Amino acid sequence: MSQLASEMASPLIFEQGQEGRANRYFQHGAPMTDFLPKETLREDLPVPDNSELDVVRHFTRLSQRTFGIDLGFYPLGSCTMKYNPRVNDAMANLPGLRDLHPFAPDELSQGALQVMYELERSLASLFGMAAFSLNPSAGAHAELAALLIAKKYFKDRGEEKRTTVIVPDTAHGTNPASAAMCGFKVVSLKSDERGRVGVEDLKKVLGDDTAVCMMTNPNTLGLFEDHIKEITDAVHAAGGLMYYDGANANALMGNARPGDMGFDLMHLNTHKTFTIPHGGGGAGHGPVGVAAHLVDYLPTPVVRATLRQASDSDATAVLNPPGDNGQGRPFASDSMTFALDFDLPKSIGPMRSFWSNFAHAVRALAYIYANGAEGLTKVSQLAVLNANYIRVHVAEFLTTPYPEICRHEFVASAQELKKETGVRTLDIAKALLDRGYMAPTVYFPLIVPECLMIEPTETESKETLDEFIAALRDIVETAKRNPQEIMDAPVHTVVGRIDETRAARQPNLRWTPANS
Amino acid sequence: MAQPQNLRYSKEHEWVKVEGDTATIGITEYAQDSLGDIVYVELPKTGATLAQFGNAGVIESVKAVSDLFSPVGGEVVETNAALENDPALVNREPFEGGWLFKVKLSNPSEAGHLLSPESYDQLLAEDNH
Repeated sequence: MSQLASEMASPLIFEQGQEGRANRYFQHGAPMTDFLPKETLREDLPVPDNSELDVVRHFTRLSQRTFGIDLGFYPLGSCTMKYNPRVNDAMANLPGLRDLHPFAPDELSQGALQVMYELERSLASLFGMAAFSLNPSAGAHAELAALLIAKKYFKDRGEEKRTTVIVPDTAHGTNPASAAMCGFKVVSLKSDERGRVGVEDLKKVLGDDTAVCMMTNPNTLGLFEDHIKEITDAVHAAGGLMYYDGANANALMGNARPGDMGFDLMHLNTHKTFTIPHGGGGAGHGPVGVAAHLVDYLPTPVVRATLRQASDSDATAVLNPPGDNGQGRPFASDSMTFALDFDLPKSIGPMRSFWSNFAHAVRALAYIYANGAEGLTKVSQLAVLNANYIRVHVAEFLTTPYPEICRHEFVASAQELKKETGVRTLDIAKALLDRGYMAPTVYFPLIVPECLMIEPTETESKETLDEFIAALRDIVETAKRNPQEIMDAPVHTVVGRIDETRAARQPNLRWTPANS
Repeated sequence: MAQPQNLRYSKEHEWVKVEGDTATIGITEYAQDSLGDIVYVELPKTGATLAQFGNAGVIESVKAVSDLFSPVGGEVVETNAALENDPALVNREPFEGGWLFKVKLSNPSEAGHLLSPESYDQLLAEDNH
């Protein structure tokens, strides 16, 4: 039997083909070199000469050697690798939205502006914030926007002495980096024995230098911060702002709102909570939301809505005029017209050109419409249920350091297994690859030794969860019987165990011709 | 886990070996085991002045990037050049060839306040309860 394409050795595209092999459908046209500036032409560049079919096979084969949610279960904690329904892509590909030019005037972009207005209103409603901006183009970009807003806010109030950002050790990993990027001093706060922020511990580090406290709730242990109102009250009493990292917002929708918990700033990762492709270096989307007192600082542009005039003589009023605090803004309707407003004196300015990654706003709104309020509420409840189902079963063979009801993800530890067998979490992760699963997040959060952070999301069936639990159980049992087998994993993947030290120290990322 | 008896230890899992007015600093067996495969060590510059418990550099392993602290204050007089090409030496010989840097002590009494081998053992036992 022939080998699976995915298992076949795959030479580089440069190592295939022969001169004259490329398809030349337009033989009578001018050669490509006629169109390029002469000084840029290089004889020494070994551009491969492949037939179209060779190219198609080459890249299809490479695509079969990777792993994604379309191929299998991807329980990567903190990353919320939920399935993105294809209908959302279809909506983003509607010609009227897809082909719209970013320079198109407002009159010709009414549908797109309505999408942005409606998504902004939906996010504000779902998360209890006064207003959002869809401008930042990734989660960390939105974090940066939020901290720039905080900085400008304190500057306007003459409180430039507020230079400290408090980040609990259960917060999301990018938080200290974003704070440092903005020139804040970062103070790390240790979580208590329950894996939560202790209110008294927090009060000890609060002061008149406190600018922002950055938290995610549920935190990176998958635990709900049950003293959250006391925490936000304490930070507000000290004059600081509360920032909500939306990394774990998939646990909340329709069930709890950061705005109600007392957060002043937040961001969302559209790829985690709603629906856009994850990673791969592609375009991202990170809405940033604020409470009423910070609305004026949001990035530009803002979509303004006006009720359509019945006749020219009717007076019209902008429904969300500059200086409003976001309260009482209506949802979009067909009786409104929309316009972009770039002229906001207090704004931190644009984080991205044009409308940022607008197609992602379309996808997110399509997802929200398809699910509805009740559907989104159920999405979060199922994400929590799935995580708890795995947690209870995993506790039968691995340690779960916080054995209580978790939210959308939980942390297990292989510390005991390592002592007993020498098999580390890294080895378990590699053995999962052999069994057809993406490994969970490992060694994060840092506060749990040898940890695995498992997040199944709502889109997986009970059968998938059961199979994953069985695979993990099999790995642990094999480790006790024959630890070397797990330490040698993976053996069924395209490449085996990688020398990570060498990969980090001597990366060879650039192809060079053999004869040069 | 028996710790080398001739060293002093910090709560951040660094060790200090004092010889005259010079101290050699490294990370413990426990620290290297927790970090996993070390891929990069960023050491302080020779001539730099370090405060006790101040930031002295960064250790990067396949798991995480961790800050490195100096358990004693003083001027850096030498760094372990072997780690540039072979950072995994810290994994293999944390107490010997994998030492990190040496300082000329600004206050020789500081090292005396660090943990004894027994106290450090006790700290590890508590951490691993």
